[in-house]
Amino acid sequence: MATITGNLNERPTPARRGTSSLQRLGELAIESLIRLCGYSAILFVFGIFFFVFREGAPMLFGGLDLLKFFTSTDWNPVSKTPSYGILGLLAGTASVTVLSMALAVPLGLGAAVFVSEFCSPKIKEALKIAIEMLAAIPSIVWGFIAYMMLNPLIIWATGAPVGLNVLNASIILALMSVPVIVSVGEDALKAVPDSYREAALALGASRWEIVYRVLFPAAKNGLLAAVLLGIGRAIGETMAVLMATGNANQIPTSPLDRVQTLTATIAAELGEAVQGDDHYRVLFVIGILLFVIAFVVNLSADLIVRGIRGKQNA
Amino acid sequence: MASVGIQIRDLSVKYGDKPALREVSLDIPPNQIFGIIGPANSGKTTLLKCINRTIDFVTTASVNGSLLVGDQDVRRMRNVYELRRRIGMVFPLPVGLPMSIYDNVAYGPRMAGVRQRGELDVLVERCLRQAALWDEVKDRLTLLGTKLSGGQQQRLTLARALSLEPDVLCLDEFSIAIDPVTTMKIEEVLLELSREMTIVLVTNLVQQARRLAQNVAFFNSSRLVEVGETKQLFTKPREQLTFDYVTGNIG
Repeated sequence: MATITGNLNERPTPARRGTSSLQRLGELAIESLIRLCGYSAILFVFGIFFFVFREGAPMLFGGLDLLKFFTSTDWNPVSKTPSYGILGLLAGTASVTVLSMALAVPLGLGAAVFVSEFCSPKIKEALKIAIEMLAAIPSIVWGFIAYMMLNPLIIWATGAPVGLNVLNASIILALMSVPVIVSVGEDALKAVPDSYREAALALGASRWEIVYRVLFPAAKNGLLAAVLLGIGRAIGETMAVLMATGNANQIPTSPLDRVQTLTATIAAELGEAVQGDDHYRVLFVIGILLFVIAFVVNLSADLIVRGIRGKQNA
Repeated sequence: MASVGIQIRDLSVKYGDKPALREVSLDIPPNQIFGIIGPANSGKTTLLKCINRTIDFVTTASVNGSLLVGDQDVRRMRNVYELRRRIGMVFPLPVGLPMSIYDNVAYGPRMAGVRQRGELDVLVERCLRQAALWDEVKDRLTLLGTKLSGGQQQRLTLARALSLEPDVLCLDEFSIAIDPVTTMKIEEVLLELSREMTIVLVTNLVQQARRLAQNVAFFNSSRLVEVGETKQLFTKPREQLTFDYVTGNIG
């Protein structure tokens, strides 16, 4: 066993080889460069928020009836008396997100468990490559699949008049978020020490009992992060849902209803809105709202994770 | 309590091409502490893995020979879960599973089908008492097992190993990461337990084996060098190698 001698508070004297000013200058340059890289992330986030906010602010603080904005389903920005109610769009985003997560979370976590615990190394490699490829498919291609393949399939299977609806978009979004959930979830499971598995095995646990009673509790923070990243992906996705939801602004009552999401509205209408007028600014207000949603999702993830840690330390 | 000994005949294990055990034959008598000593990489842990068949999970391992626990041929057993429930195992590093202290001990019995809360309560208390941990944790059984100190976690591990009332208890260098006081406590517990179960004690501490075991086997470079009564092996070993090891000249 190693023993520590000497005063722990004593800082070791750095071994300086050459202290030429040129060397120090180089070191300073590299240090500032790395520092800049670190800070740039914060800079970009604030920068983006600033520009979105600047475009939306005039409408947000004047002219827009916020109560009506959130409680009315009447979205009619180009009529003579324009109305801006996003309840239908919110419901569209919410319904698609919830249903897609209901599909993606079991599928993604199940796949993560399989890849991490049950399959042979060869299959594992093949699966990981396939999952990475799934993650690399551009969203417009997913939209294409929704439009050309899933659409007729849903019509055939359910008898609905149109196959572009909540169900279609949810399936597509689920398939898009599964790779995220699998890869983050698998990392979380892999990080559980093998000694836990061995200890449970020695008690006569079957593999499933190990997963359920030992690995899930041990990896819950990482698994939660995986799910929330999946949700983030689903809320923010635009192109595929634009093509898959059928774009009808209404509150859905069944998975076969057509809906329109917040993101798709921005994508579809920003090009036609006159720069600087009310419609244009309201679309930016929706952008601010998406920002806030993303912030809340991340923050609650953080708080949940901290809550779990806090409880463990009690 | 059944008296269950272990009979090993010509047991060889290879990891790929590298032999880990070479034709080991050994009788471990029931209801006593059997010490296994030897330097690192001598095959001690591999032997334990064969006893509870966790060797199955080492994909490169190939096993030959026979190993009987009681009258059952371990290598032919279909129900390995049943086997592992009969064999308690304590590892070198304490492993508190990420659940409460209570659940740590109740985990094994629950998997084995014990569901009654009252029955579990009794069982958990008995095991924690046996492992000399009850007095320190009885007021905080809902605390996460991983939050205990290293020494406490090792006793928790021991309590968990006892929870299924095993016939055989295997300890793999249990004192490597814990303080001397806890080590002494556990040693006393083991002496107590050895009246009712067979204990296989793998240890790097030669003196620990000398203190506790009735019989000791010395392994070196994946071979069984010598086995005998503790006193004889430590004072009048038959092999020069054993003498060198127990007197501290090698290893």
